[in-house]
Amino acid sequence: MSALIDVRGVSKSFGGVVANRDVSLSVPDGGITGLIGPNGSGKTTLFNSIVGTHPVDDGSIAFMGQEITTFSVQKIARLGLLRTFQQTHIYGQMNCVQNMLISIPHRRERPATMFTRFPASVYGRADELLEFVGLYSKRKLLAGDLSFGQQKLLEFAMALMNEPRVLLLDEPTAGINPTLINGLIDRLKRANKELGITLFVIEHNMRVIMNLADHIYCLAHGELLAQGAPQDVQNNQLVIDAYLGAH
Amino acid sequence: MLDNLLVLFQAPVLNIQLLLDGVLIGSIFAMAAYGLALVWGVMNVKNLAQGDFVIMGGYVAYMFTTWDIHPIYALPVAFIGMFAFGWLVYITIIRRVIDKELFTSLLATFGLAILLQQALNLIFGSDVQTADSGFDTRFLFGGMVSIAEIKFVALVLAVSLSACVVLFMKRSRMGQAIRATAQDARAARVLGINTDRVYAFTFALNCAICGAAGVLIAMIWVIQPYFGVVYSIRSFVIVTIAGLGNLAAVIVTALGLGAAEQFSAFIFGAEFQVASVVCMLIAVLIWRQIQQARKREVVE
Amino acid sequence: MKASVVALYAGILIAGIVAPLVIPNYTFQVAVLWMMILFALTWDIAGGQMGYNSLGNILFFGAGMYISAVVQISMGYDVSEYTAAFGAIKIDFTDTQYFTGLFLGVAAAAIGGVVCALLLGLAVFGLRGPYFAIGTLGCALAAAELVAGWDYVGGGGGISMPVFPGDPDVRSKFFYYMCFALAIATFAFLKWLYSTRFGLAINAIRDNENKAEAMGVHTKRYKMVAWSIAAFFLGMIGAVFGNMVGFVEPLEVAFPTITFGIFMVAMALLGGKGTLWGPVLGATLFHVVKEVTWTYLLGWQWVALGAIIVINVVYFQQGILGWAADKWPEKFGVTVERDEDPDEGDGQRQAQPREATS
Repeated sequence: MSALIDVRGVSKSFGGVVANRDVSLSVPDGGITGLIGPNGSGKTTLFNSIVGTHPVDDGSIAFMGQEITTFSVQKIARLGLLRTFQQTHIYGQMNCVQNMLISIPHRRERPATMFTRFPASVYGRADELLEFVGLYSKRKLLAGDLSFGQQKLLEFAMALMNEPRVLLLDEPTAGINPTLINGLIDRLKRANKELGITLFVIEHNMRVIMNLADHIYCLAHGELLAQGAPQDVQNNQLVIDAYLGAH
Repeated sequence: MLDNLLVLFQAPVLNIQLLLDGVLIGSIFAMAAYGLALVWGVMNVKNLAQGDFVIMGGYVAYMFTTWDIHPIYALPVAFIGMFAFGWLVYITIIRRVIDKELFTSLLATFGLAILLQQALNLIFGSDVQTADSGFDTRFLFGGMVSIAEIKFVALVLAVSLSACVVLFMKRSRMGQAIRATAQDARAARVLGINTDRVYAFTFALNCAICGAAGVLIAMIWVIQPYFGVVYSIRSFVIVTIAGLGNLAAVIVTALGLGAAEQFSAFIFGAEFQVASVVCMLIAVLIWRQIQQARKREVVE
Repeated sequence: MKASVVALYAGILIAGIVAPLVIPNYTFQVAVLWMMILFALTWDIAGGQMGYNSLGNILFFGAGMYISAVVQISMGYDVSEYTAAFGAIKIDFTDTQYFTGLFLGVAAAAIGGVVCALLLGLAVFGLRGPYFAIGTLGCALAAAELVAGWDYVGGGGGISMPVFPGDPDVRSKFFYYMCFALAIATFAFLKWLYSTRFGLAINAIRDNENKAEAMGVHTKRYKMVAWSIAAFFLGMIGAVFGNMVGFVEPLEVAFPTITFGIFMVAMALLGGKGTLWGPVLGATLFHVVKEVTWTYLLGWQWVALGAIIVINVVYFQQGILGWAADKWPEKFGVTVERDEDPDEGDGQRQAQPREATS
């Protein structure tokens, strides 16, 4: 499998704090890759660097062979590289269906299409995806009125609506009722297999990520600590030490 | 316009005059800007009525001259009076918009600004006024540069007042409470600080500072009911350039703005006062946008 | 469409058409009412619908007014000569000249407004929230001063507009119907616009611009177009109003920033921003109350208006329609959940975890 996202020697500091130091990893096309590490290890910072939220101090990031290090957030999103947030970001004053409609892939939008209505096929797709995440019965509610977990599902559905090539998920199961996590894992796998979306997932829940990922990277103190198949990473002494706090 | 520019080159002494005038009046701008930064930093309220508080203070000084009292005595009166007024404004208006979205507080203070402008216009009329202080004018450089003594007095007063305020913020209990609340309001509340009181005090203090600044302005320049908005924009320009936390930067920027305005008035004409301040505002905002764009952030 | 809605539209149209015939003494005031409705509707495009609260939209109004004045006068006279004469030159147009000038002027005002919006937009749309508001406010204030210093358009003294060929009664009706037509056109246009994906896009920008960007929405495009639409209609009504008043002056007529410029915002807020009917409602209420109480307030009118703005913003933020939507959400097409369905979603409200640094 070729590398969809290729991160080479990326470093990022905020003032005096080094968030990422010389991190190199690659996300293979088609699979599910995990990113783990204790709090403060620089995982979200790396995500932010990849999707263009802030410029990097050093290194390069390539997406499908194209250098995207200097691209803006919108441009990267239109190329098919999408992310979800830890704290949900949805459009609070619009209902779920509208949230879905506006999440169509905007790479296909031309100035002329700005003033058209959404075709019935788009409405159909929105309903399908809302059904897929289990929010169909709530589709007419204002997104701002949903519970946190429901908003997370909506955000996930919106991401799917955008037809991304790869989806960066920042702690998708955080804040979700434990009894519903299995359902979420199942949907993530189905999104990967059926819709062909590559996933790159930050997770704290070990059970989830070991179950989900083909390959895992572990960060600690802003650096890449270990990588490999889930079993190997799980049993890696360095990783265990990092989580349990032995410096 | 170009002729005026040439004059500046031909008579370098003129530059000194403009610079001096600019610095002297800039010291007063610094007061209003500091107050704005204070309220902004502590309560995240962008006060668009700032300039109108200044003008109100100016009218206090003006009233003193109509009663044949020297306007310098208006300074403490305006300070205390505007403090009380600011407290009143906080209770009736500001308290209710602190937690709301940012545009609400902006529009609320702007509505207040309009209210004050129109009220002042109704009470005092739309003529420009000044508070004649009867001081002399000194001449330097063999008569080429004139300094009204009152401007020096105003500078001294501005500096002393500002020093008192800064000392207060650093040493007193309330000052500490204000700074704590500015850093983390929730933490301050948990530790027993009455944040509502702190906010009221901060806003009232800001109003008082503006009032005092207004007295000085009335003495060395002119006031008019609709001049308030220019002072508000000036304060915004200064705070946008200097940032919220840095007092030294506020002072330097304010002095620079004062000088820039004097030069601009000389070159382009005094009737473009608002336009030149706004141009500086737009220039600063564009520069900030470019600066932030490099970090891929927005100016908000 | 429901019968009641059709009746509402018909009622308003009929009322608008017959007003100058039924209450001829108030033709000017009702014309201004249509102008106020247009003001509130256009402000709401970028404001309530898109979240970019401009305090300087009046700039497009004034720009349109001046552009039209220049175009109309230049139909037969040299503009700088005309303004330098300070009223000594009387304009003598044939009917054709006048009306061609007028319609060309209005068209030029519309285009000019759009150009202004595009140019200004480049400067200010990188700003958010309060900076955008203050930046636009500054632009409008500066425009008044700059135009007042521009002798070509008459400086502080202003420009006298060409006189309407016809008796005063016809004149007032003519301009009344122009205002009415523009207001109706604006409403109809926006009704259509908000039903397209454009409407949803600008709402998304309002609700969460960062998210919209992260989803690939062409935010810059939408922002520029939204403001240009507002400027288009504002420019035209500016041109018409300049002709109605007969005299274009920078501070009081063309760029009344702290009065009409702020009324735009106040009216939309009063009626309920972000809705189609909110601005209409707010403008109507505001204007009617203002006209009725004006004479009784004896000099304190402007103070009272400032007070009303403060009270509205502080105590009644959501406006009339917003308040109604909170009370009766279903009537506004908003679905509200009554019972928690235990089978769907996670069925419980959880506190949002703090954004962890990971």
